[in-house]
Amino acid sequence: MTDFLLELRCEEIPARMQLKASDDLARLFAEELAKAGLKPAAIDSFVTPRRLALIARGLPLETAAVSEEFKGPRTSAPAQALDGFLRKTGLTQDQLQDRDGVWFAVVNKPGRATADVLAQAVPAVVRAFPWPKSMRWGTASQTTESLRWVRPLQGIVALLGGEVIAIELDGIVAGRETVGHRFHSTGPVTIDGADDYAAKLRAAYVIASHQERQAIIEAKANEAAAAQGYSVIEDKGLVAENAGLTEWPVPLLGDFDPAFLEVPPEVIQLTLRINQKYFVLRDAAGKLAPAFICTANIEAIDGGAAIVEGNRKVLAARLSDARHFWEEDQWHHEGTGAARHRSTRKTLAEHAQKLERITFHEKLGTVADKVERVSKLAEWLASEGIVPNCDPALARQAAELCKADLVTEMVGEFPELQGVMGGYYARAEGLPDAVADAIRDHYKPVGQGDDVPTAPVTVAVSLADKLDTLLWFFMREMQPSGSRDPFALRRAALAVIALLTKNNLRLKLRMLTTRIIAAVGVIENNQRSIDRAARDEVILKGSHIPKHIHEDGDVMAAFGSSQPAVDEYIELEFPTGSASLKSRFSGFEVQFLDFFADRLKVQQKEAGVRHDLIDAVFALGGEDDLVRLLARVKALQSFVATDDGANLLAGYKRAANILKKEGVESAGALSLSYTPEKAEADLIAALDAAEPRAAQAVADETFEGAMAALATLRAPIDAFFDTVMVNDADPAKRTTRLALLARVRDAVHNVADFSKITG
Amino acid sequence: MAEGKVLSFQDLILTLHAYWGKQGCVILQPYDMEVGAGTFHPATTLRALGPQPWNAAYVQPSRRPTDGRYGENPNRLQHYYQYQVIMKPSPANLQDLYLGSLREIGIDPLVHDIRFVEDDWESPTLGAWGLGWEVWCDGMEVTQFTYFQQMGGYDCKPVAGELTYGLERLAMYIQGVDSVYDLKFNDAGVTYGDVFLANEQQMSKWNFEVADTEKLFRWFKDCQSEWRQCIDNGVPLAAYDQAIKASHVFNLLQARGVISVQERASYMGQVRDMAKGSCEAWIATNADEWAAKFPGWTA
Repeated sequence: MTDFLLELRCEEIPARMQLKASDDLARLFAEELAKAGLKPAAIDSFVTPRRLALIARGLPLETAAVSEEFKGPRTSAPAQALDGFLRKTGLTQDQLQDRDGVWFAVVNKPGRATADVLAQAVPAVVRAFPWPKSMRWGTASQTTESLRWVRPLQGIVALLGGEVIAIELDGIVAGRETVGHRFHSTGPVTIDGADDYAAKLRAAYVIASHQERQAIIEAKANEAAAAQGYSVIEDKGLVAENAGLTEWPVPLLGDFDPAFLEVPPEVIQLTLRINQKYFVLRDAAGKLAPAFICTANIEAIDGGAAIVEGNRKVLAARLSDARHFWEEDQWHHEGTGAARHRSTRKTLAEHAQKLERITFHEKLGTVADKVERVSKLAEWLASEGIVPNCDPALARQAAELCKADLVTEMVGEFPELQGVMGGYYARAEGLPDAVADAIRDHYKPVGQGDDVPTAPVTVAVSLADKLDTLLWFFMREMQPSGSRDPFALRRAALAVIALLTKNNLRLKLRMLTTRIIAAVGVIENNQRSIDRAARDEVILKGSHIPKHIHEDGDVMAAFGSSQPAVDEYIELEFPTGSASLKSRFSGFEVQFLDFFADRLKVQQKEAGVRHDLIDAVFALGGEDDLVRLLARVKALQSFVATDDGANLLAGYKRAANILKKEGVESAGALSLSYTPEKAEADLIAALDAAEPRAAQAVADETFEGAMAALATLRAPIDAFFDTVMVNDADPAKRTTRLALLARVRDAVHNVADFSKITG
Repeated sequence: MAEGKVLSFQDLILTLHAYWGKQGCVILQPYDMEVGAGTFHPATTLRALGPQPWNAAYVQPSRRPTDGRYGENPNRLQHYYQYQVIMKPSPANLQDLYLGSLREIGIDPLVHDIRFVEDDWESPTLGAWGLGWEVWCDGMEVTQFTYFQQMGGYDCKPVAGELTYGLERLAMYIQGVDSVYDLKFNDAGVTYGDVFLANEQQMSKWNFEVADTEKLFRWFKDCQSEWRQCIDNGVPLAAYDQAIKASHVFNLLQARGVISVQERASYMGQVRDMAKGSCEAWIATNADEWAAKFPGWTA
């Protein structure tokens, strides 16, 4: 048994790719060896910016001999069949064995030298390596067939035991020499074998293990911070990134002018982390400290003084930029040079005017158009009481300003601060806290696990923003399909569901779809009159109708902010959609509601709600209020878990099967022309009592009550099936009993479509 | 650094010239047209195409009209200098050659922290992309280092290595000054501000406020039609000049704020078509000769 060392040395590998590459190397290498029947006892992986390495432990020097048996044609088969078999196995006929009239070939593969296996495996791994992006380089790149790697490949170390494996890849010949640290080591570093690899590199100022470099960075950064009375704000991703940028990490602490702390902490943190890859610190009171830690890649001869000084300057310039944005976003200025000074405040409302210049989507107008729609929707959600305790004027104001920070310089520089900056600017100009909070938080929740807003104004704006997006993308037939969801509509729907359920909001989704369909009607009418006017004008001028005056009408053209259509859409009384419009867009409405049903199933799965029960309630067709729907589903879920529920379900299914077989669609009138048997009479009485109770309970939204009413049917149904013959010879009895079963089915359907329930 | 003396702006350039000249680069002079980056110089764009070896270094004034700050920002200029090196095919020791140049201008890698940080490059205008890094010195980006993979929509065969140093930034670092205008231009008391402050003030005003947009729109159209003429008459080098001109005129229109978001994409597409078309014509003109001299090479 022996060990194999492989090092693939190249120019600096992007930090973000290193850990995955390290895993890929181990995996691909193991796969290649497995093809030859080799399995190392263990694989140790190493990765630095300049090398990807592994040690495969416990390899035999030769692979085991393998004997494989192949079954061939019958001895009586035509000659061609035998010829084919001989070609396939590479044997001659006298080497075959005749076993009961069938040819068998036994192929003995002798063991191979592991060195030979490796000599083939390594090039195969390199050529198939799944880098996210790879490149060509150097003289060999005169053709596009040349070797590809993430950055130019510089050298290969391949040692089995102490012996070099003969490998050549596009002119790079494997050997035992590598290099150490780019600046702390000169000349080649000669490796004897797997066991001295890490130690030799360490002596040459290279820590080969990514994990060890991470540990060093964490420990030394904490140490440096503690020495100043600070602590490091934990950031595992940043530790890994810095470990991917260094072979000999040396964390160094520097400070910055505390005056910069007037800028919001989020901005300072992003400047440090994203732009400079520095660790952020906090002081004993938990506030952001005016200091940073950078991770150098050298043990500098001056102890790092010049490095810290250089980084301080770079950071100061960056923070000056940030402070400049903070200032320019909030104030107008007068004068030039040293005489330049603040004049009046620049408000969010002023910024919002520039949203006209940003396209939201080519079919959905500008961001200003979207803001206009969202404002009116948010106001409506408040004034209708759908979002309770919400001042409609505040909801409107917050919505009008919620996207204004998109055109500020700060968000231009740090897009991830959208919302956050708007919140700061709103507060600074003295807007109500509810408005500032809503602006800050209206993107939430951005994913499962994110905070779900509960402040009424925030809820109204957040909901309106997402509903507007969903409704219009669906209306314009840009709904997600398969894995494609370019506008993140699934996430938006989940956010809507979370907002509705968390806040117990009663919103009928059909009110929205109807509204939007009506709006399209108005827009189209409007467009027709614009088109007519344009056509008249054209005709007056005696020229042809230009192509851009659309026949079928790209109605979203009417969503330009100067068009009256926007207002008309928003001012519409609800509901005013005409019947013809409704039928034209019935597909839209169905898709929209189905989409929500699907999302609800996904979202509720984690909460342990059965998707078949959601289907059972959705299938009733009338339910478009997600909160009520969930209450119903939950009551149903408890019910079917009880004995009564399970038995009622069984009884229901039996009834439904009979009805299906007999083709009975509706209950029809129940006319008793004969004396019913006792169980029959009992069931009728039970239905008479349960039906109004269930209906009332549903109307009152006390779904447990509805379930309890259904539960009273269980015993009579069981007794009915036990003692009454449905398929009676007397057609009158048969018809009546089928009608009775239909009545049972319909009574159950008042609560849920039990046929959708599985099991 | 020569004798431990802090390099003036002009000595920085002269030092780089001497260094890259020794590495076999042709030391060229700036291209005499307005461009946004050193990459636009035909010595890079067009020479990156085709199989023939090519090593060159030059300074290129770069004009970015929207970056003008009327001389009031210590770091932002609408006209600044890039130092550009292109070596084709990319030598195996290009990183070492580059690090040698840093030592030459006074940056000791055992005192200063030099890092190669992933930064891939793409120029939709030139139909070009490459992989490489931004080189950090103590946390500051001082050079863009790129291995060109495609130019003008064509695979680079072979690949060229490109280095772009931001000269002002590098000089500010070496000289330890906080404002570009305080840079020592030479050792005789002339500052960068003495040379360029008035230029920044006036050109910012012209870029943002004065430039006649009607003329600019017209010039753009003129460049397009002249470009077409050049292509039709088999002079791709002249065509490429028109593409560069159009690109700069487009940048000026942007600075004047008269191009909407929607139009922007369309204008960029037109410039890209001119640039790519020039590359295509340049290859077509030379392909036979290149293929004859470099057996096995195909466009």
